[in-house]
Amino acid sequence: MARTGAARPRVLRRVEPSTVAWLAALAALLFLVAVPVAKVVISSFQDTDTGAFTWNNYAVAYGHVRDYASLGTSLLYAAEVTVASIIIAVPIAWGVARTDMPCKGLVRAFVLGAFITPPYLGAIGWILLAGPNAGWINKVWMAVTGDAHGFVNVYSFGGLVVVTALYAFPYIFVFTADALERVSSEMEEAARILGAGHLRTILRVTLPLVTPAILGGAIVVFLDTVALFGTPAIIALPARIKVMTLVLWQFFEFPVRAEAAAAYAVPLVLITVTLFAAQRAILGRRGYVALTGKGGSRTLLQLGRWRWAIFGYAMLMVALSVLLPYAALAHAAFSRAWGRGFSLANLTLDNFKYLLLTDPAARLTIVHSFGYSAATACLAVALALCVAYIVSRRLVRHTAVLTALCMAPLVIPGIVLAIGFYSAWAPPPLALYGTAALLVFGFTARFLPIAYTNCMASLRSLNPEMEEAVRILGGSQLRAVTRVVVPLLKTSLIGSWLLVFIPATRELSTAIFLVGSNTRVISVMMLDLSENGSFETLAALGFFLLGVTILIVLAGYKLLGRDFMLRRS
Amino acid sequence: MSAAREMPEPALLPPDAPARARLSLSGISCIYGGFTAVDQLNLDIVPGEFVSLLGPSGCGKTTTLRMIAGFVRPTAGTISMDGAIISAPGAVLAPERRQMSMIFQSYAIWPNMTVAENVAFGLKLRRLGREDVRVKVATMLDTVRLGKLADRYPAELSGGQQQRVALARAMVIQPRVLLLDEPLSNLDANLREEMRFEIRRLHDTFKFTTVYVTHDQGEAMVTSDRIAVMNAGKIEQIDPPYLLYTRPRTRFVAGFIGRTNLMEGECGGTEVRFDGFALPRVMFAEGETAQQGRVTFSVRPQSIGLRHNPSEAGRAQCTTPGRLLERAFLGETWDYVVAPEGSGLRLKVATLPFQVFEVGDPVWLEFDPAQMAAIGKGE
Repeated sequence: MARTGAARPRVLRRVEPSTVAWLAALAALLFLVAVPVAKVVISSFQDTDTGAFTWNNYAVAYGHVRDYASLGTSLLYAAEVTVASIIIAVPIAWGVARTDMPCKGLVRAFVLGAFITPPYLGAIGWILLAGPNAGWINKVWMAVTGDAHGFVNVYSFGGLVVVTALYAFPYIFVFTADALERVSSEMEEAARILGAGHLRTILRVTLPLVTPAILGGAIVVFLDTVALFGTPAIIALPARIKVMTLVLWQFFEFPVRAEAAAAYAVPLVLITVTLFAAQRAILGRRGYVALTGKGGSRTLLQLGRWRWAIFGYAMLMVALSVLLPYAALAHAAFSRAWGRGFSLANLTLDNFKYLLLTDPAARLTIVHSFGYSAATACLAVALALCVAYIVSRRLVRHTAVLTALCMAPLVIPGIVLAIGFYSAWAPPPLALYGTAALLVFGFTARFLPIAYTNCMASLRSLNPEMEEAVRILGGSQLRAVTRVVVPLLKTSLIGSWLLVFIPATRELSTAIFLVGSNTRVISVMMLDLSENGSFETLAALGFFLLGVTILIVLAGYKLLGRDFMLRRS
Repeated sequence: MSAAREMPEPALLPPDAPARARLSLSGISCIYGGFTAVDQLNLDIVPGEFVSLLGPSGCGKTTTLRMIAGFVRPTAGTISMDGAIISAPGAVLAPERRQMSMIFQSYAIWPNMTVAENVAFGLKLRRLGREDVRVKVATMLDTVRLGKLADRYPAELSGGQQQRVALARAMVIQPRVLLLDEPLSNLDANLREEMRFEIRRLHDTFKFTTVYVTHDQGEAMVTSDRIAVMNAGKIEQIDPPYLLYTRPRTRFVAGFIGRTNLMEGECGGTEVRFDGFALPRVMFAEGETAQQGRVTFSVRPQSIGLRHNPSEAGRAQCTTPGRLLERAFLGETWDYVVAPEGSGLRLKVATLPFQVFEVGDPVWLEFDPAQMAAIGKGE
């Protein structure tokens, strides 16, 4: 900085362009994240009519024993789903990452299939499979054994847990497989040469080394499950199991009591924040990630005949998660009535015709979903790139604030964020209720962490000297970004875009609070169809969504390589 | 799990049994999908000996070490320890049954265990009492000067300290054979130099049968009783460090160990004729001029003297005039390139720092035939 009194060269600008970018990004983040979250906390202490301070909302929210009970049910539900997911995911991850298990590509493809299946669609598939009496598995059971009743019932706590875990396990798979792939074989060989056999080596060295990764994935699953709305709405509601998200939703039935909902949601936020802090503490001083030295080669364990056993386990799990439910859905999608079984007379394309041609409302819903998702992806990636650039190049001080705001939606359950959005921006002054903007902004806030972590990772891979070369040759910072950074990161930015776009097309828990009568999206329509019992149309819609998703994923594969979705990010 | 035929399984040796093994590799080959990594290699290591496998990357030294450890199965040949076969193409004794230990290039210190837990791992497998383990771990950690860091996690240690943990973990079980795979390649230069002597000191203390893989000749020189120089899957020469340097036996060894000049000579009746000058045959070391006809000699740059005039030289029959072409000052030495008169040779000559010559100066070269080593037939 020039000293006071000294002639200040004219070219020294008072306002750096980076300051402007920083302020704009900060304003956007305050709008998208900070205000809605603050609004949840504040409105939980406000009277619905007068806005005066009150404890009353907490009395309404937690006035009954059953409201505490649903908190307990939610925690138990999430814990059981987490354990089940670990049991499903860890052996598959081990088989894929460290053994000579056959058909790894196939297994990975099916795990990806489970990953891109909206949990509520999987739940519908399981209703068709394991509905009491009418489900396919039960029908087969009754036909074979002559029993008068089926033997599995999806409408139970166990059913809810299993069906949720079948679509949650890919998170743990991704974390664990990634960590297992990075454990150098020398770590295991060191145990072998000191006298440990295969099993002892796995139990004492390999698994402990990836425990933090498993825990990391487990916490994601736990947080996701606590905040999950779709699967409980489809399975727990008819089974009369009350979890928190369903109670929250009921506060939004007429008359809407947003303040009570906010009060009910605050403990949910406390739980997630605590868990996140716990994860940090667990990873603490052992510094697992720091793998020492060079020589990270990995030799695959030769399993001999046992490789078919681990392959069988993996295939059984993906069959439960993907193959069977989609088979049931396919049957329903092409049937006049799914309960009537297989016959030529029952075969029809009408369900697809209805969705895509006959019903203009359905068509509009599909257009909305993809339109909003595209807008969300563009907004999220643009904002994330801007913030990530400011943070990674340290253009301003206090970048930690920006990072915290970008990553906060990871910790705040989506359903709570949606309530905050509703409270903050649905009423005047902005009065966004019923507009597409409310949905797009809500989605953007929800998926900002995905875009941000991806942008940070790709910026880290880019040497800042590339930009400094632009500057020293006379280009501005803006030119460095537009002419060097963006072109170089083009493919990874497209990857980030897809990673936001795909989940946005199926987002339910945010949409359900922010959707208006003219802004209906596919996920909300599916939930309505399920409530009406129109499983045939629903299955057709699910297949349509799946088909589009597969096309997008394939395009992503082609552009970005095989692993772009199942990466840890 | 994958062995075609199970080997008889010896019990793990208690860690105070001083059983340094004799190790014999005979006709060992390893072929990976058409590429011959190790080619019919023979090697005998006596109990308590420290042998280095030295060679450029890709020469098969690490593959050889991993075959000794039991991680890689030989395609042909056998490895035996104290006369018992432990590796053959059809059957391989599992690594955990070999009573060896190994230090890896990455150290492979388990980051989820403390220093003491890492070192105790092998002892616990040998079912030692808790107190016994504690004492042995503490003693070993003191030996490698890590006594105060027993309860630290590896992430809290420096590279050199992690290296010492790896050493302690490998040695505390009193292995019958100790294997080291480029253990110093991840350390910075100063520490690397220090650790060479540390490894030799520990060997002098414990006298384990040791196989040490490295591409750094300095490391091999300092640590080893014998060095096996490997190239393209074969051992080119195996000798104590001094002999290896002064009497290289192949062109590859002469060029790989230190710097050298290769000079082709014709062994006649009383003299050996080189391009442009001749040296008396009797002054060569015994056996070096046994062959008749064309022979290639390795001549180290510092074994050639450089003089301003012939009167300074000791032995007139070993001097020849030349001209100085290039020079570079390296601090510890001057490096000159000199062309003998009437010769196509361009010889590297290294002198002490105070022996200064200018480029273009006429100079006298003084050879010492006793230091010249015949490395085989000339072409």
